[in-house]
Amino acid sequence: MTPSLIALAFLAALALGGGLGVVISRNVVYAALFLLVSLGAVAGLYLLLLTEFLALVQVLIYGGAVVIVIVFALMLTRLQDFAKTRDHHQWPLGLAAALAVLGLLAATFVVFQPAVHPLQSTGIQELGNELFVRWALPFEIASLVLLVALIGALIISRADRGE
Amino acid sequence: MEDYLRQYGLLFLFTGVAIGIPASMLLVSRMAQLARMRPHKPSPVKAQLYECGMETIGGRWNQFNIRYYFYALLFLVFDVEAVFLYPWAVHFKKLGLFALVEMFVFLAILVIGFVYAWRKRALEWR
Repeated sequence: MTPSLIALAFLAALALGGGLGVVISRNVVYAALFLLVSLGAVAGLYLLLLTEFLALVQVLIYGGAVVIVIVFALMLTRLQDFAKTRDHHQWPLGLAAALAVLGLLAATFVVFQPAVHPLQSTGIQELGNELFVRWALPFEIASLVLLVALIGALIISRADRGE
Repeated sequence: MEDYLRQYGLLFLFTGVAIGIPASMLLVSRMAQLARMRPHKPSPVKAQLYECGMETIGGRWNQFNIRYYFYALLFLVFDVEAVFLYPWAVHFKKLGLFALVEMFVFLAILVIGFVYAWRKRALEWR
């Protein structure tokens, strides 16, 4: 067992355990914290794959901002709104959907036999070159997407005042 | 590869210490209770909610103002923006004028949204 293999097993177990915690915890706030554990473990997996920038993005965006938005969304709700989410009438459907996705992924992996490449590090410099030269237009469009998100946030927060 | 793993191994170790210290405090306290070194006298008064020594108003699950959500979403938007700045900033000199203009267009589009929010007085607390 190499150190990286041990790290891979540990991080994969952490990611899966966190995901399981999100699904089975009764308290939605605990579910959000389990999500944080799972997302952090995925950031660790990115580090093992030598994609440092992606790991940074994972921690900054998912571990930081997205979990904060989720927790804020929970703080806006009332406890009684969660009464119904506690009876798991939907769990057979959820299980079926999860198994279908798992089956699809496994089948794709078996059928197409993706080639295994030796790991090579993609530096942030090459990423910058690709992003700002070759993919310049999609980069600007990303800015428009962010603008739409900003204005959408504005409209949501003003909707309650009927303006 | 070895250096790379060692570098992040240190980070991993640091995370382990950060989790281990508070966890060991709870564990030692629990063990002291099991060994009957620590008194265990729960009472309803001890289990009360408190905030800064005041008796709380309402339950433990307050509904927050939706305004906070707007700030959270703003944070998300500008966080994503900041991530795009990193590959540009570390490679700034080689990327040259084109990337500079590109980045300013990128920022200008977001500033439009920011100015719009400002004009609509969405950032004021009323």
